[in-house]
Amino acid sequence: MTLINVLIAGLVLGGTYALVAMGLTLQYGIARIMNLAYGETIIAAAFAAYLLQGALGVNPLLGMLLVLPGGFVFGYIVYGLMMRPLVARSQDRGNLEIDSILATFGLLFVIQGVMLVIFGSNYMSYSFLNVPVTILGANVAANRLLAFVLALTIGLTLYLLLTRTRWGTALRAVAVAPQNAPLVGIDVNRTARFAFALGGALAAAGGVVISMYQTFTATSGVVFTMKALIVVIMGGVGNLLGALSAGLILGLVETGVASYIDPGLTLAATYAIFLAILLWRPQGLFGGAGR
Amino acid sequence: MTARTAIGLVAALAALAILAAAPFFLGAYGVGLLIGLSGYVTLASAWALFSGPTRYVSLATVAFFGIGAYTMAVLSETLPYPLVLAVAALIGLAVALVVGLSTLRLAGVYFVIFTFGLAELVRQLVTWYEVNVTGTLGRYIFMSFGPETIYWQLLALAALTLGLSWWIGRSRLGLALRIIGDDEVVASHCGINIARVKLALFALSAVIMTLVGAIQAPRWTYIEPGIVFNPTVSFLTLIMALLGGANRLWGPVLGAVPLFLLFEWLSANFPNHYSIILGLLFIAIVFVLPKGVLDFVEKAWGRGSSRARNKPDEAGLGELEAGR
Repeated sequence: MTLINVLIAGLVLGGTYALVAMGLTLQYGIARIMNLAYGETIIAAAFAAYLLQGALGVNPLLGMLLVLPGGFVFGYIVYGLMMRPLVARSQDRGNLEIDSILATFGLLFVIQGVMLVIFGSNYMSYSFLNVPVTILGANVAANRLLAFVLALTIGLTLYLLLTRTRWGTALRAVAVAPQNAPLVGIDVNRTARFAFALGGALAAAGGVVISMYQTFTATSGVVFTMKALIVVIMGGVGNLLGALSAGLILGLVETGVASYIDPGLTLAATYAIFLAILLWRPQGLFGGAGR
Repeated sequence: MTARTAIGLVAALAALAILAAAPFFLGAYGVGLLIGLSGYVTLASAWALFSGPTRYVSLATVAFFGIGAYTMAVLSETLPYPLVLAVAALIGLAVALVVGLSTLRLAGVYFVIFTFGLAELVRQLVTWYEVNVTGTLGRYIFMSFGPETIYWQLLALAALTLGLSWWIGRSRLGLALRIIGDDEVVASHCGINIARVKLALFALSAVIMTLVGAIQAPRWTYIEPGIVFNPTVSFLTLIMALLGGANRLWGPVLGAVPLFLLFEWLSANFPNHYSIILGLLFIAIVFVLPKGVLDFVEKAWGRGSSRARNKPDEAGLGELEAGR
């Protein structure tokens, strides 16, 4: 592979990571829920896109119009049923963190189990827009390019919504000081629930995007959660632009390792980055400025 | 030693003797069951040893368990058995130190995230090594001893783990741990080296988990990364410790016995659905019994008897009767 090929493939992968990580950073940064079942939501959305494409012949782009609200509703229900009681019972942030980690760890096995029963443990994929497009002399599959464009569009729209609207300001206020937000008339519970559901919608978007160009199985959610978590920490918790840039960096590094060293070592590369971040800048490359 | 600890010690030793003699009365199936049971009792107790008092949720149980099992598979042909156990323990210790040194100085969430993917990382590294360096995936283990010997080793390790956590509970180290769990700021003002205490406990618990994997490995005969790095092990260990109560000496044991039997029954009768059922059960435990059964029972008991003491002539009598 030439360098330009690696760069483009890395950016495409990184765009997906960024999209997925932005959802997690909303859930953890604003709703304060550490959601270990996040990757399972991604894979469930990927399966939904697969079903829509295979059984009903619905184009994944149109399918997104269905899967995205699905992810939102799922996040909304999970927060209302599982997280709200935990938030109400915890006195401090540490307790909530432990409780949410434990509860979502259980949820991970439930969702994974349901998917294993329905779809089995085989690798799934479908063919969509699998035609080469030439950019700067490098051939890229159109579906990957579309994935990249989608990731950037959704990510930037979200960023603008959060920084330029009144509603986005309320979300950020809850992220910075949940105890003070009610003083200016913000309903913290509703905002947190909304942020969690929005994170679910982003996970669903990520799932559809991933299903366009990658194979996936019912058990691959853990790796996506892991990578999303690392991107979130690398970008600074709650920092959307940080997540975007960190996602792109991770995608580039992984593609670089896969093409120049060995594809079997991509997760090791991810962990090496994580280790470096932990030792050098645990608050994230870009600090917590976006909170 | 007070009379109460003496009685407790005698009872524990008697139970240990009965359990050690059990293989002479049970068939092959019974011994197999006991091996699994003592393995999980040890894993859950080792998990609670670190995660109970510090409240750092470790999701990496199977990473250490798998490291132990794989070390046994790779080295059992070339090195004598006790030496293999020692090597496995050292590898587990080294991995625990890397994880601990990089995360335990920071907030708990970094530790959770690191341990969450650790098993998958080690599994992929082992797979990569086997495919690229040795050229084979999957190994056979042949041992000269039978399942009874595996059981006795595990039983000894379980007893050792419980003994250690009993001893740590009443040592300076245990006191330091409890202060850290309650309030880290207070702990650091007392002059406790927080990171070092956590690291020591985490390393100890990881070494025990590694040994469980190494000892249990010959049971499978055939081993590959997908088998020994099965995330269900981490999950089960966590539920067991939480069900019983991770802050109590006997909590993990009390959680491990019923859940292991339930798991055996579920995987025999509902092989495709057990992870759903266990997941729901786990969520229920987090919601209903966040501090474990032992704590819940003690609270309920304490409430009943104190109310009875306060108002002896009202509703108390009935409860006193029920309490007896």
